[in-house]
Amino acid sequence: MTSWQPVIGFEVHIELATNSKMFCGCPADHFGKPPNTQTCPVCLGLPGALPVPNAKAIEWCIKLGLALGCQINLTSKFDRKNYFYPDLPKGYQISQYDQPFCHHGELLGHKITRVHLEEDTGKLLHQAGKTLIDFNRSGVPLVEVVTEPDFESVQDSDVFLKELQSIIRTLKISAADMEKGSMRLEANISVRPTNSADLPNYKVEIKNVNSFRFIKKAIEFEITRQSRLLESGVNPKQETRGFSETKGETVGQRSKEAAHDYRYFPEPDIPPIQFTTEQIETWRSQLPKLPSRIRQDLLNLGLSENYVKIIAADEKMFNEFMKKPSKANADSIVNKRPSKSESSFPSSEDTRSVAERVIAANPKAIADIKAGKIQVMGFLLGQIKKELGNIDVPLTQKLINVIIASC
Amino acid sequence: MNKLSLIHARDGLKKRKFSSVELVKSCLDQIVKHDKKIHAFLHINSEALSQAQKADVTLPLGGIPVAVKDNFLTIGMPTTASSKVLDEYLPHYESTVTQKLIEAGAIILGKTNMDAWAHGSSTETSDYGSTKNPWNTDYLPGGSSGGSAAAIAADMCTAAIGSETAGSIRQPAAWCGATGFKPTYGRVSRYGVIAMASSTDSPGPITKTVEDAALLTQIIAGHDPFDATTSPLPVPTYSISMHLRAKHLRIGIPKEYLDVMQPEAKKLVLEAVNKLTELGHKVEETSLIHPKYSIGVYTIVQRSEVSSNLARYDGIRYGRDRTYFGDEAKRRIMLGTYALSSGYYDQYYSKAQKLRTLIIQDFHSAFHKYDLLIDPASPGPALKVGATANEPMFGEMQDVLVEPSSIAGLTGVSIPCGFISGLPISFGLIGTQFSESLVLQIANQFQLATNWHLQKPNI
Repeated sequence: MTSWQPVIGFEVHIELATNSKMFCGCPADHFGKPPNTQTCPVCLGLPGALPVPNAKAIEWCIKLGLALGCQINLTSKFDRKNYFYPDLPKGYQISQYDQPFCHHGELLGHKITRVHLEEDTGKLLHQAGKTLIDFNRSGVPLVEVVTEPDFESVQDSDVFLKELQSIIRTLKISAADMEKGSMRLEANISVRPTNSADLPNYKVEIKNVNSFRFIKKAIEFEITRQSRLLESGVNPKQETRGFSETKGETVGQRSKEAAHDYRYFPEPDIPPIQFTTEQIETWRSQLPKLPSRIRQDLLNLGLSENYVKIIAADEKMFNEFMKKPSKANADSIVNKRPSKSESSFPSSEDTRSVAERVIAANPKAIADIKAGKIQVMGFLLGQIKKELGNIDVPLTQKLINVIIASC
Repeated sequence: MNKLSLIHARDGLKKRKFSSVELVKSCLDQIVKHDKKIHAFLHINSEALSQAQKADVTLPLGGIPVAVKDNFLTIGMPTTASSKVLDEYLPHYESTVTQKLIEAGAIILGKTNMDAWAHGSSTETSDYGSTKNPWNTDYLPGGSSGGSAAAIAADMCTAAIGSETAGSIRQPAAWCGATGFKPTYGRVSRYGVIAMASSTDSPGPITKTVEDAALLTQIIAGHDPFDATTSPLPVPTYSISMHLRAKHLRIGIPKEYLDVMQPEAKKLVLEAVNKLTELGHKVEETSLIHPKYSIGVYTIVQRSEVSSNLARYDGIRYGRDRTYFGDEAKRRIMLGTYALSSGYYDQYYSKAQKLRTLIIQDFHSAFHKYDLLIDPASPGPALKVGATANEPMFGEMQDVLVEPSSIAGLTGVSIPCGFISGLPISFGLIGTQFSESLVLQIANQFQLATNWHLQKPNI
C-alpha cells in the first residue's frame, strides 16, 4: 500500500497597525467602527481620486521581510490587480506583482517566497437578504507573506505560523489577531506518495480559517480526505475550500480549475520606488531582538526549555527577567504568574467560537438566561468544557454574556 | 469685454474699468446668444454672477470667468466627463486644479463639453452631442477638450482649462485658433480629474494668448500631496519667466513630423519657422523616430489604462449601469482588457513600454542638441462634422504628431500661425520636461511678432 505525504504552503495576510490607511489619510484601525465612517474619495475609489503610498507601511513591510531573512528589491513598484468584486471599489486592488519589496527569505528552515504590500478590500455584510458594503477596511495596509510549498507536517506548519505571529508582534507592526482578522491564513494543501519529490498536479486552497487550532484541524482533515481519494484512484479537484467549525470539516467553496486572469500591470498613479542600501541597512539595524534570538539568549543563560518557552512568549516577563537574569529570578517570575495553568487554556478565539456553537445549539438557554435563569450558565459552561477541556471560567462566562446579548 | 484676454481682463478689473459682474455677464450673454449653435458648455454655474459680486480683484485671478472641462470634479456642479454613465453626478470633493483656481479668485463659469471620458479628438463622442467649431460650424472643434477650445474661440469665457492625454489640449486649440499649453506630466495635479490614461494625463490651459497660458499654468501647477506623480520642483513664476528674452536658441524641426503634414498646412508651419529665424533663433532640420510608431505605443498603453480606470463604473455606484457606456469606451475597454490579458501582456503592453523608453531616449538625445523642437499639433485644419463615423482610430491618426511628446511626458504649446479656407492652422513647440518657461518664452516671442492669435471667428 502507498503511504502518503502532505505538501503544504501558506499565504498569510497581515493588516498593519499604521495610523493611516495604505493610500490615504483615513484611520487604519477599523475594528468595530460604525460602517463607512472612515472613508474618503481615495479608499472609496471615487472618480479622480489618486493613491499616495504610506511610507510607514512600506518601512514595516520591509522590516518584516528583513526579520524573515529576505532579500530586498532596491527598485520596487506597485501593480494593479484587476478583478471585479463589490467590496473592491476601484475594480482593481493595488498590490505588487513581479517586484515585491522582499523575496527569498527563510524561517525555521522553510523558504519564504515573497513578502509584499497591498491594500485590504471593503467588507460585505449580508443582512436580511440584502448585501451591504462597509468601506472602513478598504485601503488598510495588508502585508502578504507567501511561503514555498515545503511543509510536510501539520506540526511543522503550526510551529511556523506561531513563530511568524510572534515575530510580527515583536516588530509591533500588527496585533496579528486572527479573531479580529488582522492575521489571516490560507493554506495550500496537496498530497503525494511518500517516495515522490514532485509537486502534485493539483492543490486545494483552504481559506477563511480564523484560529491556529482550526487551521491545524482543517489541514489534518484535508490530508485524510485527499489521501483517501488518491487511494481510491481519484485525483482530488483543484478548488478553494472553507472550514466548517461545527462539523470540523472542510467544505468546497468554488472550483478553481481555471486560473483567474488579473491582468496585472504597473500602477501608473504611483512612481516606482527606489531604496538605497544604506536605507535598508538602517532599517535592519532598527530591528528588535527577534523571538529566536531571545530564546537562544535565554537558553545560553542556563534556563530550561520550558522556562524559555514561557518567558520568551511574554514581553513583560522577559523584560522583568532581563533586569536580573538569574535562575532564581526566573523561578520567581514564572511562579508569580496569576495561574500556572493559564497557558494550557484554549485561546479566547477558540473559546468564543465553541461558545457560539454551543449557544446556537441551545436556543432555549438564551431565552432562559435573558429571563434571568442564571443556573443555565452552568449548563452552557459544562457543554463548552466538554469540547475544550480545561477552560478559563470567568472569561468564558463573559464571552457567553456578550454572545447572548447580541442574539 | 468677453473678448478680452485674461491679462487684459485682469488689468481692467484691477483698475476698476469694469466689474467682475459685468465681465461674467458679458460671457454669459455670449453663451446665451451662441451656445445653442456651438454647444461648448454642458453646464453653466448658476452661482457665477453671485460669486462675481463677491469677487476679490486683488487676487491673481480675482473675478475672472474660467471655463472648465467636464472631467474636473467640481463641488456643486455636475461632473460627467460627457458620459451618461455619470449623468447628473455631483462630486463630493473639488479637484486640485479647480480648488487652486477658486483660491486664486477665479469664477468657474461652467463645465465644457468633451469626448466622453476624453476618448477622442473631435468632441463627437460626447454623450451630450458634439461641439461645433466657432470658425465654421460645419466643422469639428477637435478634442477631447473641444468645448474649452470652442468656448475660447467664441469668446464665451476669459480663459479655459482642458486636459491632455495625447493632443487633447493642443489639437482642439489648433483647430479652434486658440493657444493650447500642455505642461510636463506631473507639473499639474491630476487629483480630481476623471482618469483617462493615468500615465500621460496632463491638465493645462486653453487661452487666447501665450501670456494668459503662462499665468494660468503658474496658478494650477505644483506639487500636490494628493498626487504621487506630481513633481516636487518649485514652480517658476511663468508670467515673469516667459518674458525673459531667450536669444539664439537652437530649434530642431523633425523631418519625419513634417512628412506627416498636409502640404498647405506644412507651408504655413514653415513660414512660422521662418519667423523664428527672423527672431534670431537657429532652426535646422533634424530626425526623430517616426511618429507613426507612437500610435501603436500610445494605443496599447492608453487602452490598457482605460480598461482599468473605467472598471470602477461597475453599475453598483453612480446610479447607472454599464450599458450607458458609449461605443468608443466599450471598444477601448475591450482592447485594453485584451492587451493586458495573460499571454498577450508581453506581446503588447510590455513591448509598448519598451518602445516608449526608446522614444523617451530619442527625445533625450534630441534635446541634447536642441533647446526646443517644432511639433505641430495637427497635420491639417479641422475636419468636417461626422468625420469620425466608422473611424475607430480617428483620434490616433489626428494626434499622430503630439503622441510622441505625450508619451514622453514633455511640455508643448500649440499656437495659431495662419488659415486655410477660413480654418485656423497652428504650429507647436515642445521642450524637455519642466522647460515650460522656455517653451512659453519662444511662443510669446512669436505672438508678439504676429497677430494670428488675435483673429476672431465671425459667429
